[in-house]
Amino acid sequence: MTSTPIVRLEHVGKKYGKVVSLKDVTLEIGANEIVGLIGDNGAGKSTLIKVLTGVEPPTSGTLYVRGLKIDASSYTVKEAHKLRIETVYQDSSLGEKQPLWRNFFVGRPITNRFGFIDVKAEKKVAEHIMRSTIGFRGVGIDVDTPVSRLSGGERQGVAIGRAMHFDSDLIVLDEPTVALALKEVQKVLDFIRSIKSGGRSCIYIEHNIHHVHEVCDRLVVLDRGEIALDAPTSSMTYLELTNFLMSLHGRRPAAAAH
Amino acid sequence: MAHADKGPPNNPIAAFFKIEGTPIAFVFLLLVLLFMLTAPRAFMGFRVYMSFMANVPPPMIIALGLTLVVVAGEMDLSFPSVVAFASYVFCALYQNYDMTWLALLAALATGTVMGFVNGLVVTKLGIPSLIATLAMLFLWGGLVTVVSNGASLAIPDIEGELIHSVFAGRIGVFPVQFLWALGVAVLIWMVLNRHRFGESLLFIGDNLKVAKVVGIAIDREKIKLFTLMGLLSAFAGVLLTMETTTYFSQAGMGYLLTVVAAVFIGGTSIFGGAGKVVGTVFGSLIVAIIEAGLVASGVAGFWTRFFIGLVFIVSVTMNAAIEDPDKVPLLKDLRSRARR
Repeated sequence: MTSTPIVRLEHVGKKYGKVVSLKDVTLEIGANEIVGLIGDNGAGKSTLIKVLTGVEPPTSGTLYVRGLKIDASSYTVKEAHKLRIETVYQDSSLGEKQPLWRNFFVGRPITNRFGFIDVKAEKKVAEHIMRSTIGFRGVGIDVDTPVSRLSGGERQGVAIGRAMHFDSDLIVLDEPTVALALKEVQKVLDFIRSIKSGGRSCIYIEHNIHHVHEVCDRLVVLDRGEIALDAPTSSMTYLELTNFLMSLHGRRPAAAAH
Repeated sequence: MAHADKGPPNNPIAAFFKIEGTPIAFVFLLLVLLFMLTAPRAFMGFRVYMSFMANVPPPMIIALGLTLVVVAGEMDLSFPSVVAFASYVFCALYQNYDMTWLALLAALATGTVMGFVNGLVVTKLGIPSLIATLAMLFLWGGLVTVVSNGASLAIPDIEGELIHSVFAGRIGVFPVQFLWALGVAVLIWMVLNRHRFGESLLFIGDNLKVAKVVGIAIDREKIKLFTLMGLLSAFAGVLLTMETTTYFSQAGMGYLLTVVAAVFIGGTSIFGGAGKVVGTVFGSLIVAIIEAGLVASGVAGFWTRFFIGLVFIVSVTMNAAIEDPDKVPLLKDLRSRARR
């Protein structure tokens, strides 16, 4: 982590009306590291990601990408893409009724100067990503298959493959294993390892602490909008991590009641 | 027959029906054959088809525009008033100032501006488009009645002009406007299936959240969509005016239900995210041939709406069932009972 971090958040806060979702978050994501982001529902994980990827502007604080200060007002999803930051959302990364090839290129299609899409070229590249980057050899899946016919794990693979194809340095995975069968979860964890071996970084948001502990280099715990822990995975065993998370619950009056 | 069960993708019949629009074209041909039997005098001659091709283009062009709107998960009910407004602008400018091509441009520009305003109302006021455009139907319709003072206009002299030959002339007996409608159909097909704008509409209609996270400028695309719809409605209005050489404030009202029916009969998903341009072309033809065919078969004219309604319900249900049988509660129920 001697080089400039890919992203750096400094004292970032976010309010929705009177509701404080993030307060004073300072966080760095370095090159080629997998960071696990843990926290309860409402801890601010989603908000943090939205701020990071240009979906919503922060109410206070600053954001740096590769050392450059980002102007919050002009920072959009498109800008984030240009800065090679990509998000893979659990349920909202792919258009279900659309074929795979459209899903690979949506938002940045290969077009001529009149805006007409070069379908042949897109299909060819999509085919290549499927075969090599994400290693799809499933029977009956080709670039014309609509996403609705893919399994949950395959969908995550498509979205991750897309992010890697567009040369993202930082891929954000928003709870990619929710509602997946065990076999599918293993596929997704393999995709995450391929992000690391591809020399890229990843923020991995997850409820299942076990998965996080298994693949991540560093752990960040969010609690009620603040960072409660930021430590290398190697410094903590799985048990220590669980105990730490339980102690957070203990501090909470509502949770202490039961 | 045994082979057909084994490999459905290799079945030539199944493959044929997978080509966009073939099932609906098949339904259309069946209807033509049916009417040839019930009304041979009319449907065995060419005249009925020629008048057909003269009258179908305006609603077909509107239906093509509406197909894109429905693909994006939206609705536009304001088009009858846009048709009337464009028709009024064209007639008034021709009658008072002898303008022809300029009158056309002015009429198209009027429709485009109206569509743009519709888009702003839908996106910036956040009113669901079904309601917003229903309000705009009244608003624009009221405005054109006020501007035209409730009167109708007749421009029979337009028939001698070049512009009339270009948009409502005949090549032999063949009505030119049908070629314009086909041209618009090809264009809309290209936009939906091969242009980035069409792709944005597909994703917006499929899942708004996805469209947002992949960086589609949703409001801007929707405004473009309603603007295009306004332009196409205005073009339809001008075609209608040239064919009938009149303006009256209710000019487009007759299209309201038939155009909506044409889009859904054509197989465009009511749930958004998918659309069939070829289907809309045949959907428009089917609606028109039911109207003409029933009357020619001697069924009282009052029945036509009933039958269009019937075809509408059946085809939308069929299309939904093809998309996903579980979307039709009746079928879902039957299927779960059959499994038990």
